[in-house]
Amino acid sequence: MIDTIGAASGEALPPQRVYGRTDDESSLREIARVIRQDIIRMLACAPSGHTAGPLGMAELLTALYFNAMRHDPANPDWPERDVFFLSNGHTAPVLYAALARSGYFPVAELATLRRLGSRLQGHPERKTLPGIESTSGPLGSGLSQAAGYAHVLRNIKRVRGRFVYTVMGDGEINEGNVWEAAMFAGKYRLGNLIAFIDRNYIQIDGATEDVMPLTHLRAKWESFDWHVIEIDGNSVRAVVEAIQLGKAVSHAPTMIIANTVPGKGVPFIEYDHRWHGTIPSSTQAEEALRILNGGLDA
Amino acid sequence: MTTYPIAPDALTKPHLEPIRFGFGRGLLAAGELDERVVALCADLTESTRMHLFRDRFPERFVGVGVAEQNLVTVAAGMAHAGMIPFTSSYAAFSPGRNWEQIKTTAALNDQPVVVVGSHAGVNVGYDGATHQMLEDIAIMRVLPNMRVIVPGDSLEAERATRALAADPAPSYLRLARDKTPIFSTPDSPFEIGRAYLLADGRDVSLIATGTMTYHALVAADALSRKGISAEVVHVPTIKPLDSATILSSLRRTGRAVTIEEAQVAGGLGGAICELTAAEHPVPVLRLGMRDRYGESGGSTELLEKFRLTGTQIAEDVDRLIQG
Repeated sequence: MIDTIGAASGEALPPQRVYGRTDDESSLREIARVIRQDIIRMLACAPSGHTAGPLGMAELLTALYFNAMRHDPANPDWPERDVFFLSNGHTAPVLYAALARSGYFPVAELATLRRLGSRLQGHPERKTLPGIESTSGPLGSGLSQAAGYAHVLRNIKRVRGRFVYTVMGDGEINEGNVWEAAMFAGKYRLGNLIAFIDRNYIQIDGATEDVMPLTHLRAKWESFDWHVIEIDGNSVRAVVEAIQLGKAVSHAPTMIIANTVPGKGVPFIEYDHRWHGTIPSSTQAEEALRILNGGLDA
Repeated sequence: MTTYPIAPDALTKPHLEPIRFGFGRGLLAAGELDERVVALCADLTESTRMHLFRDRFPERFVGVGVAEQNLVTVAAGMAHAGMIPFTSSYAAFSPGRNWEQIKTTAALNDQPVVVVGSHAGVNVGYDGATHQMLEDIAIMRVLPNMRVIVPGDSLEAERATRALAADPAPSYLRLARDKTPIFSTPDSPFEIGRAYLLADGRDVSLIATGTMTYHALVAADALSRKGISAEVVHVPTIKPLDSATILSSLRRTGRAVTIEEAQVAGGLGGAICELTAAEHPVPVLRLGMRDRYGESGGSTELLEKFRLTGTQIAEDVDRLIQG
């Protein structure tokens, strides 16, 4: 299915191509573009899913999986790896694309998203697919799991040089569990913990600032003794640099507030909260793929 | 025939100790044996008896404040990092408040988090209904991957805690606050998933868990003086349920009385009804809390109010048998 859509839209990329770690900014931007196309393709094949969030997070996952994190797709449980917890599990398509393009499982398997018997469950499940560190979907629990992992590394095993990452949605931080974890990570000075808020200003019921305002977001986290960095989350270079800054802070956890555009890269999806939990039709998918292909549909 | 060693004088002059004290000792022992064992608590460290572990292994103790959702999710993260976490709070709050987090990050995730719910049942006493957790057996035993352990006395709690640490998997351990009689001995067995025959009988099976097992022994003794022969089956593991032991008792007696300090709906009573309805239908009388909350009072006063003392249980069983 996935290759059919790719062929129909004139997709020129080798569909099975896998990417390794790179420091080259243009290569990272290209990987983010491929991941966006994968997201559109897999959602077009799926019976349901979320579109806007995954598209907006492509640079975050690209910077993590293709630059910042130490990991080995051939050995997902490698004991020396960095660990990533996707907290807003409904954005699974961007994680699945990043894992597939890293080589954790065949890219073609992306076409099975949400289907009966698929390893690509609607929300990620740890024991189902290689590379998934924890089951998620119910919001608000990724930060505390990441903090628990980071606490073991930093304060019990006293391991240096390994980092724990997590991404949350901005609507997600309405959850009380997040603030319990915020206090915890500050108290235990988890300098090996780097968290992101995907700050795209939408949630299911509408604009985040209408549903439950997140005013003074930076000050909120600073007041919990976090090191806070605010960036353009759709600039892969900004994401890479923010992670490097976060790694250099050893006495406090780092929160990267990543301002992103929901649906980034596909203008008719961008900024529209109605795309939170809907998927593109095949016509819309072809149009989106053409846009992501630089307007070429040849 | 029963081979389970019962403490001498258990019925006449029992030694009393809170069940949670055995947990505290067991956790300390487990911590000595395995450095992967860590302890997390939500601001109730002494009353859940985790202070013994905290004082011996301060670096492996994690205080999370009054934050039960964080308690189990931090534990799940620590389990993923290779540790064997025990989390403790009052059962009313954990698993009372954080059930979804337990389901998703421990049970579905299959991480070996042990949720320890202390102060369960009405024996909490004066604190009243908000603090008397009665629904925990029901909400925990419906979770796939989850084991549910309800020790009968402090010695068994110690054995159960060590057994859980030695066999890491998602688990719930239910403890009680008040001093309760010790009926087992240091040589009594405990295996996860086993029920134990404590007294042989022909007329009825008293199937009890937790604090109620002692009262079942008292009831069986009282019934024997009335010429009724009651078998006592102690069920410290509600899940996985030891169906073989329970069914073999029911094939002998043909009648079940379940006894628990919890809601009978979904609790041990519910579990036994599910088993008997499917495998060996017999009349079942369910003693415990019947679709109501507890209230303030002394723990013995409350047990009497809800007819959960040995003497009252014997009266109810006698009435059942006399028909």
